[in-house]
Amino acid sequence: MNFELSIEQKEMKDMAMKFSRNELIPVAQKYDEEGTFPMEEFKKAWELGLVNTCIPAEYGGAGFSETDAVMIGETLAYGCMGINTSFMANDLALLPIKIAGTHEQKEKFLKPFTEEFKIASFCLTEPGNGSDAAGIKTSIKDGGDHWIINGEKMWITNAGYADQFVVYGTIDPTLKHKGISAVVVPGGTEGIILGKKEDKMGHRSSDTRGIRFENVKVPKENMLGAPGEGWLIAMKTLDYSRPLVASAALGGAQRALDESVKYAKERKQFGVEIAKHQAIQFMIADMSMKVEASRLLVYKAAWLVDEGQRNTEIASYAKAFASDSCMQITTDAVQLFGGYGYSKEYPVEKLMRDAKLIQIYEGTSQIQRLVIAREVLKK
Amino acid sequence: MNIFVCVKQVPDTETKVQPNGDGTFIETNAIKWIMNPYDEFAVEQALLVKAANAGSTVTVLRVGGVKDTEALRTAMAMGADEAILVEAEDNLDSYSIAKALKGAIEKSGKNPDLILCGKQAIDDDCLQVPQVLAEMISLPSVAVIVGFEQNGESVTVKREIEGGALEVYELNTPCILATNKGINTPRYASLPGIMKAKRKPLQQLSLADVGVEAGDRRVVYSNFQLPPEKPAGKKFDATDEANEASVVAEVVGLLRNEAKVI
Repeated sequence: MNFELSIEQKEMKDMAMKFSRNELIPVAQKYDEEGTFPMEEFKKAWELGLVNTCIPAEYGGAGFSETDAVMIGETLAYGCMGINTSFMANDLALLPIKIAGTHEQKEKFLKPFTEEFKIASFCLTEPGNGSDAAGIKTSIKDGGDHWIINGEKMWITNAGYADQFVVYGTIDPTLKHKGISAVVVPGGTEGIILGKKEDKMGHRSSDTRGIRFENVKVPKENMLGAPGEGWLIAMKTLDYSRPLVASAALGGAQRALDESVKYAKERKQFGVEIAKHQAIQFMIADMSMKVEASRLLVYKAAWLVDEGQRNTEIASYAKAFASDSCMQITTDAVQLFGGYGYSKEYPVEKLMRDAKLIQIYEGTSQIQRLVIAREVLKK
Repeated sequence: MNIFVCVKQVPDTETKVQPNGDGTFIETNAIKWIMNPYDEFAVEQALLVKAANAGSTVTVLRVGGVKDTEALRTAMAMGADEAILVEAEDNLDSYSIAKALKGAIEKSGKNPDLILCGKQAIDDDCLQVPQVLAEMISLPSVAVIVGFEQNGESVTVKREIEGGALEVYELNTPCILATNKGINTPRYASLPGIMKAKRKPLQQLSLADVGVEAGDRRVVYSNFQLPPEKPAGKKFDATDEANEASVVAEVVGLLRNEAKVI
């Protein structure tokens, strides 16, 4: 057993924290208010190697472990959960290629992301299929020497700026999950029709849209795995991506805790700092316990990936626990700040709005419990 | 060019400093160390000069404790090529540090073309090492520079003086320059840079290796103590006209008899 980060990991975390404090925290509120895309910060983060952490060294990446990736994700989300979502969506859309791509596909679809700044987008959810992902209706038809994609996707992160999409569809809806397939679609391909940017409660800087594919043609070699293997690829992707998403909740929760501790030592009521009141101390104690418990789950879920062990159950623990805790902690932070917490003058109301989404995307907290129960009961 | 950068490792700016048990230094056990912020400007300037002069190397030097080598690794992660660490107590005096740096430069086997330092360390604020080092190795030096331009064998540097005016100096290399905030914007160490840094050479020497003896110490710290806690301020309320006169009289009385300022 070893709970220590390595020296390099500590340095990477320090550097990511410096970036969060200097580059993200000062602009987070502006992007939240304007609902604009954090292009400048995205580029800076790319230059420093903070994004696309999943790309292996042999394809030009830094060769980070999953543990490195969650540690970086946690720290960037500490700066802004919304901006981190844009960054993280790149990895989510590159992971299926890393997991299922051939050597040629990785050369073609991963490597360019290490050579120049590019944005990727993952298209699974549809207007009528969220949690029931196996029921997606987007069709992928054999057009001879190419695939033809038709259908509509919803809540697609980075859609408006993507240089490359991974699109899930079905070769035959009657096959259910056995018909699902994944293809790589270059941005700008004819027939891609972007919807308007969604006006969201939180993560307002992240670009989220509906997107329609109308007779979009891609070469045969753009399919990941064989036709019908998409479901398996999506499930494997989740084993990698859930710890990452959970790390975003962890970062947001840690930020809410830090802001609360700082405020509790400054704010005076009844003649003393509110940190001296037991009611506040209990809230801080609960927050701290949940942050640490989330961290242990997130890092364990990532560590299992690095050890080559199946992490489905623990990854769902991490995703559900960290995101539910983040919601609770950020809500308590607003409570602790009182009226000031409800005001946009202080950062905690944004944390509370941002926290909510992490309980929803990448498998809701309820879906995580389904996964957990299934894993536990089959033993 | 052979470029040397002298860096110090200082407690993180958010550290709550406490004197140690015997009062000879601060408690260092739980301290998070960082590179002295003024030294970051020196490292950045060194990297800019390196980029402009093909074939240059940047060597970072540090004298201090070896438990943590954060400052040197950060410099190498930013892009410095190699590092030399002289093991010493963290509370060495400026004279001994300068002598150790001189010895380390000689030990490197390279003739320095440019030596950069931060203008001061934010922990002890001595502002001495660059000047003492320059004197010891007989090189021209300018401290607190905010501008740097290289013209072949010479450099033009700007130094801010009282009132915001600038002094402009032209020096021949080799020389020693101490950087101030404003000269450049230090880069972040990139993540790949951090991973590369662990493979870069870090040479460790003792004080004896660089010719420093116990008798070289010019300053010995005898005691460290926290400043006395400030008493809470007093508030006076004269918003009510009825007691205005008595409050004013009370304040004047306190200023005269207690604070003794009038």
